[in-house]
Amino acid sequence: MQDQLDYLAKRASAGKLSRRDFMGKASALGVSAAAASTMFATAAQAMTPKKGGDLKIGSTGGESTNSLDPATYASQVPYHNGRQFGDTLVEVSPTGEIEPRLATSVESTPDAKTWMFKLRQGVEFHNGKTMTGDDVLKTMERHSNEDSKSGALGVMRNIESMKVEGDTFSVTLKDANADLPYLMSDYHLIIQPNGGMDNPAEGVGTGPYKMEVDEPGVRHMYTKHANYWGDDGHFDSVEILAINDATARTAALQSGQVHLINRLEPKIAGLLSRAPGVQVQSTPGRGHYVFIMHTNTAPFDSKELRLALKYAINREEMVEKILRGYGSVGNDMPINAAYPLFDGSIEQRMYDVDKAKEHYAKSGHDGSPIILRTADGAFPGAVDAAQLFQQSAQAAGIPLEIKREPNDGYWSEVWNKQPFCASYWGGRPVQDQMYSTAYLSSADWNDTKFNNPEFDAKLLAAKAELDGEKRKALYSEMGQLVREEGGLICPMFNDFIDGVSDKLVGWEVDPNGELMNGQVTRKLSFA
Amino acid sequence: MHPILKLVSQRLALGLLLLLAASALIFVGTQILPGDVAASILGQSATPEALANLRAELGLNEPALSRYFSWLGSAVTGDLGTALTNGQDIATSMGKRLGNTLFLAFWAAVVSVPLAIFLGLLAVRYKDRWPDKLISAVTLTSISIPEFLIGYVLMYFIGVKLGWAPSVAMINDSMSLGEKLAAIALPVTVLTLVVLAHMMRMTRAAILNVMQSAYIETAELKGLSSFQVISRHAFPNAIAPIVNVVMLNLAYLVVGVVVVEVVFVYPGMGQYLVDHVAKRDVPVVQACGLVFAAVYILLNMVADIVSILANPRLRHPK
Repeated sequence: MQDQLDYLAKRASAGKLSRRDFMGKASALGVSAAAASTMFATAAQAMTPKKGGDLKIGSTGGESTNSLDPATYASQVPYHNGRQFGDTLVEVSPTGEIEPRLATSVESTPDAKTWMFKLRQGVEFHNGKTMTGDDVLKTMERHSNEDSKSGALGVMRNIESMKVEGDTFSVTLKDANADLPYLMSDYHLIIQPNGGMDNPAEGVGTGPYKMEVDEPGVRHMYTKHANYWGDDGHFDSVEILAINDATARTAALQSGQVHLINRLEPKIAGLLSRAPGVQVQSTPGRGHYVFIMHTNTAPFDSKELRLALKYAINREEMVEKILRGYGSVGNDMPINAAYPLFDGSIEQRMYDVDKAKEHYAKSGHDGSPIILRTADGAFPGAVDAAQLFQQSAQAAGIPLEIKREPNDGYWSEVWNKQPFCASYWGGRPVQDQMYSTAYLSSADWNDTKFNNPEFDAKLLAAKAELDGEKRKALYSEMGQLVREEGGLICPMFNDFIDGVSDKLVGWEVDPNGELMNGQVTRKLSFA
Repeated sequence: MHPILKLVSQRLALGLLLLLAASALIFVGTQILPGDVAASILGQSATPEALANLRAELGLNEPALSRYFSWLGSAVTGDLGTALTNGQDIATSMGKRLGNTLFLAFWAAVVSVPLAIFLGLLAVRYKDRWPDKLISAVTLTSISIPEFLIGYVLMYFIGVKLGWAPSVAMINDSMSLGEKLAAIALPVTVLTLVVLAHMMRMTRAAILNVMQSAYIETAELKGLSSFQVISRHAFPNAIAPIVNVVMLNLAYLVVGVVVVEVVFVYPGMGQYLVDHVAKRDVPVVQACGLVFAAVYILLNMVADIVSILANPRLRHPK
């Protein structure tokens, strides 16, 4: 309850919760009216954000090949760039609800096939133009047309038609999808003037900060946009420095050259948390580290062998040794408690030598070594994790042979091509999107070659189901199908580990992404 | 023709020939990189049609030999093309990075070359006594430690613990020269430590070699102080091997500092090259290779020419 109260207090202080709402929600948690009133006052007073200051972020994932074109975003620095200068129609809140951004409200027809976004009026782009419905329409068209290379193309494929009437942008889908607003919060879908058709990489949007300097792979500098529509974004300027080396990033935070860093290494995080002047923020997220088997390729086409391998991995040990405790155990499905509509009652699979032996015997495998491909770049600690897996499988008499691949070319030559390899997933805002991206039999990134008609049917049924309880039941069945039949071995969900200077205040836990879902420059302020 | 002019022009011609050979090697090297360029640009979701279109657009269907010559032709005229990944003009974006790398190399050279030569002279002066041994021990130790380790150690103690210098060396155009110099203090220190020993040892050895000569004995008998003997009589005659090793180290400072650049997040050529190799951005990789080869060949040529000029027998032919 204390967490929820803290969360409410933070929302109140950020101006996102009125006094009335705060009182209502706090009393629902069993707090007396007098106490709630005091809490609201303290929260509002203590945390009125201070304006000004120059914020510096040291981020991994910046290359000289980066572009500001939102369609191309695939790593961390571009992602944070988009968060500065751009806005999406809606955003997912830390608790998993849809929050208004450039759309003030979202409604759907009862069949969840047509969705109406009411657009915010009087929003100004950094080039001085006022945002219109046409800009929104063009943006969505650019991300969804046939030759689009957008990272959001997958979520746009289901759209049949789009149109703008007055201040309403509406989307009609081929197949119903109750989660469409979540898909529209995709960070690639930044509204640009004329949809970015003229110059997609110019870095002009409606966000709180205006692009000043764009040096790919080095730094990106932004200053506060005077006519920004929102009341967040408290800094005078924001600078994102590409610091790919983890040690250099940590040193930069410790020496005060930057105020925030992402992707702390678990082995450093424990040490850094004891250093003065900085805090380590660990946020449970939806990202997970996996070993994936192609269910259509021998020997992994045998369900018994897949189960044998699933029982032969020691998840607790992996969380402890690979993540150093900054994470939680997986359950051979891509979903955890950070997702809305998660069913926590599904039994946790444990390391079980006897069951592994039993299934391995039933599979009739000839005992030849099973090749597991891995690389340092598959996920942090992937080579060590493969070795732990090899040892725990050895105990059950299953011979694994580790083949170490070069990082270079791993994602084009090994992942999704070789039948058994290490990989990772970043997670998605909702279960539907995660399953549609990687477990639907027709999905491009179906990296376990999972082909289960029953699963596909349930996924389609869940998309059209607006009743929360029924959807939750469907998702639970789907999760169990993947857990039982699928080619996914999911030993662990990794936390986002960020380093934050003590000079900043306003941190809140946001499972949607690193650095508070990229909202640090909007929600934090200097103390 | 004056023999020096002849020699110098021979060297120049040889340098150009070498560069041509290097360009062929670079081209072949980038062709045999695993992975298809078109496929790596389009990523996993590439359709066969899109691949075919892009291959035609990039001219990948032409025979390799004609592609080589058209690439070489435009490179000679200064047109390095545009990057495949973000469409930026290669000459512009690389020029900035090259400028940064040269800036770092220049200041590292300004510190390390005089220091190395001075320490070399000092070591000769006190040959086999404690200053000689101390200088040798310290410089040999610093060259034996991997540069990234020196980098991290300095970063931790000087950058984080003492706070005397910034731990990451990020420079940009809006900084003044003083700010830039403060920012690169640590990488310059690391580079100096790495190249010092080589140059210092070579200076020492070359001068000691000359010191065996009869004219040194004459100079000593004339009553010159030992430092004067070294600096006035021995050093000018030992200049050729010293220039050689200095140039070799300068070349290293330009083309070999990738590791130091990565450790200190310095926006130079090294990181730029690595990023583009990872993305199979072949035009950029080729352009970087060509620039590195040119720098290397140029500096070695300068070393050759200087040692020719330093030879009195060639300067004053009979």
